[in-house]
Amino acid sequence: MSFWNKALAIAWKDVISEMRTREIVFSVLVFAILVIVVFNFAFGETQETLTAVAPGILWVTFAFSGVLSLNRAFVAEKEDGCLEGLMACSAGREVIFVGKLLGNLLFMLVVEAIALPVFMVLFNLPVLSFELITITVLATVGFVALGTLFSALATNTRAREMVLPILFLPLVVPVIIAAVKATGLALAGQSWSDMSTWLSMIIAFDIVFLVVSYLVFPFVIEE
Amino acid sequence: MSVRNILLGCATILMVASLYLVFIYVPTEATMGVVQRIFYFHVPLAWVAFLAFFVVFAFSILYLWKRAEKWDVLASASAEVGTVFTTLFLATGSIWAKPVWGVWWTWDPRLTSALILWIIYIAYHLVRSYAGGSRGPRFAAVVGIVGFIDVPIVALAITLWRTQHPGPAIFQGGLAPSMMLTLMVCLITFTVLYALLMLIRIAMKNDESEIRRLKLTGN
Repeated sequence: MSFWNKALAIAWKDVISEMRTREIVFSVLVFAILVIVVFNFAFGETQETLTAVAPGILWVTFAFSGVLSLNRAFVAEKEDGCLEGLMACSAGREVIFVGKLLGNLLFMLVVEAIALPVFMVLFNLPVLSFELITITVLATVGFVALGTLFSALATNTRAREMVLPILFLPLVVPVIIAAVKATGLALAGQSWSDMSTWLSMIIAFDIVFLVVSYLVFPFVIEE
Repeated sequence: MSVRNILLGCATILMVASLYLVFIYVPTEATMGVVQRIFYFHVPLAWVAFLAFFVVFAFSILYLWKRAEKWDVLASASAEVGTVFTTLFLATGSIWAKPVWGVWWTWDPRLTSALILWIIYIAYHLVRSYAGGSRGPRFAAVVGIVGFIDVPIVALAITLWRTQHPGPAIFQGGLAPSMMLTLMVCLITFTVLYALLMLIRIAMKNDESEIRRLKLTGN
């Protein structure tokens, strides 16, 4: 089997397990909608306030739900020595990283695909645009790349649910900033060229985080 | 005489010289007044913090590569000193900002980046102590590497995010020769202090692991 076939097999295993247990996507989605509702209580005075804070609310929602989902990503692997099994079979550690990354990416994109329209409807904002979807997908790649690395790390510590957000959120700040800025411009109906600075920044961060996480990940799961 | 005693002597002499330069020799800055003297502590503290985190980065890579305990001891000692110095430069900056800018804190790119830097290395210590056993050094090394690479990225993103904020105007006008001299001496003093603190921490950590080894083997 080639590198990509193995990685896809690992991701597919996560998808099947998720379809049978419905542990991650469903609860994370409910959580995401809850966060949006809570923010509505906090800021929902006028439509102007809502429009002004919308990009921030959207990305805080995605970041929190992302952390929640990533917290679960390696829990199943720890039970019954699943990770050792994966490492014992011919898959390299890089393959495990790419496979888990693809699985996490898919879960987060599914959550975002449902939460985004809900957000648009509840906050009465312009309909989904191609720009907004591009920004979301690109920023999610960087978020999940770093998140997969630290999810594997946090799972092996005490108090792992606390370690992941404390460790991961400050490091992923650049992606969140760029995503919030680009989303604000997209919601205001600006053109591609106006947000090109932020889009190219997101792409650059994606590449840096993918490469760094890919290189460092093998050291996290050796045991 | 051991290296440590020589360093201790140098640090003491330099510290006294720095105090003389900062409080007696250097003239009071015209617009900011006497509070500007904190600058001679603030900048060296920040310099040592960055130096310390670079040392963490370098020895984390070396540790993951060679797996010798001594590299981890160096990295963790440097991270501790770096965290303390980051706390101190955030504090001195805040004390300086209150009379000059009128606020303890402002979400200026530099300040925000420094705060995030501080949080990253707090997380570094957290991971080390929560991981336990042989995982601690390995996980800490991973955070030490990724964290250091992340710092310039964070700074870049925050600077672009807050372009409307003017940066502090300290470095624009250039420094008077007497101020430059004082700053340079303070920089050297704090770098020597860093080396001294490193030696003390490394010796303590080596003793700790020696005691652990004796307890385990019982001889």
